[in-house]
Amino acid sequence: MSWTITVDRGTCMGSGICAGSRPDVFRLAGTASEPVVDRIEPDEDVLDLADTCPAAAITVRDEAGTELGPRP
Amino acid sequence: MTTADERVHTYPFNRPEGLELSPAYRDARVAPGMIRVRLPFGEPAWLATRYEDVRFVLGDRRFSRALAARSDEPRNQSYRRPGGILAMDPPDHTRLRVLVAGAFTVRRVEKLRPWVRQIAAGLVADLVAAGPPADLVDAFALPLPVQVICELLGVPAEDRHLFRAWSDAMLSTSSLTAEEFVRNERELNAYMAGLVAQRRERPADDLMSALIAARAENLDRLTEEELVELCIGVLVAGHETTATQIPNFTHVLLAHPERFDQLRADPDLIPAAVEELMRFVPLGAGAGFARYATEDVLVGDVPVRAGEPVLCAVASANRDEGRFEEPEELRFDRQETQHLGFGHGVHHCLGAPLARLELQEALRALITLPDLRLAGDPVWKTQMLVRGPRELPVAWG
Ligand code: HEM
Ligand code: SF4
Repeated sequence: MSWTITVDRGTCMGSGICAGSRPDVFRLAGTASEPVVDRIEPDEDVLDLADTCPAAAITVRDEAGTELGPRP
Repeated sequence: MTTADERVHTYPFNRPEGLELSPAYRDARVAPGMIRVRLPFGEPAWLATRYEDVRFVLGDRRFSRALAARSDEPRNQSYRRPGGILAMDPPDHTRLRVLVAGAFTVRRVEKLRPWVRQIAAGLVADLVAAGPPADLVDAFALPLPVQVICELLGVPAEDRHLFRAWSDAMLSTSSLTAEEFVRNERELNAYMAGLVAQRRERPADDLMSALIAARAENLDRLTEEELVELCIGVLVAGHETTATQIPNFTHVLLAHPERFDQLRADPDLIPAAVEELMRFVPLGAGAGFARYATEDVLVGDVPVRAGEPVLCAVASANRDEGRFEEPEELRFDRQETQHLGFGHGVHHCLGAPLARLELQEALRALITLPDLRLAGDPVWKTQMLVRGPRELPVAWG
């Protein structure tokens, strides 16, 4: 079981919250965030970041491609 | 070779009255490295003034806010201010922030737009009904964010006179003695704890009830003290800054009548105008909330040693000629937006989407007042963390 993380660089507003909280998963490249790694082990904190990204730019999916977050 | 400036400068630079940015920032920006500054209390600090440096320090996890509480933090007053989540580092910070952040995302906040628009329009209708002149702060800039945050959080807006006084004191820089500050903090705490107790009995559809439920679900996730502190943080941070930026924006637009006319002619420019005004207005009297290095870190080419504080001057970063073309010009057609007016990194303003919405709807309502103009001199706040008019007399029509 592993998750994939994507960041929509068009909607990301570069707040740096995700990269500041989890530099092992996100980094700021220019004005927008991007994932540092393709896959992560399931991680509740990363799901929390997806839920609370002010721009809802972070998407977390499971192996089957089902969207886990942001949760509604 | 240029040698770094070794003096320790007296800080803050800005005059409290008005919204000028001290020229000392420009001097610091064009000089190599960072300068050293000393506030009235606490240890000397580095001052970051360039966009690159400020963004780097705010965004890098090797810089800590929690360490400030264990150090002689640079400050304007003798006593220490409780920082709430702004005084915490991840993962503690994240644990608390995610509990409230969901309520303030762009998506959630956008649903509130019609309601906020209605409040703003109602306040302007009241102004028109009463006729000019009026104090824009008391009649518009304060009631708008107060009503919004009270409703979202679950605080009775009728208590405005109570928590306004406490909130003023929380954000004051020097008007209080340490004893007064502590007493004030206790009163506000008791008030909020009382509201939390009521909500626990009778939950409602608000953020306070949601936090109470989150604590009930998992007692380790949120202590009672943290719950009360979070509510206070959201209440205080959630209205004072917005209530100050509304008259600041108005004041700047009145000094740039061609820009004000541009908004009247094309209200679709309002979101861009809010971003530009957030960049342009140097809200803080000075940089605060120092970041402490947890290990040796290079900022630009300045080695900051473990345990040393860095102050981040966002107002200076927002006028950095290295980042913004013609930074002293107020322009609604900028491509490079990304100002640092809401901060950056893990502490990036929790309420930024809500603040943006409120500021946009405030401007949308204000442009309907024909020939809005000053009707007297503004009275400026002088002893607050943020600068802005305490009273802004205006007339129209
Ligand atoms: C125009 C209005 C506003 C401005 C200019 C503003 C500005 C800021 C800035 C610059 C910071 C970062 C401070 C630092 O890192 O040192 C911040 C943090 C914060 N703001 Fe705002 N803010 C505004 C409105 C709001 C609103 C409406 C709320 C309501 C929820 C709010 C809640 C907070 C909170 C709770 C923090 C601390 C976040 C953390 O430590 O993670 N602010 N704000
Ligand atoms: S938290 Fe969201 S908006 Fe902020 S940098 Fe990360 S992806 Fe972008």
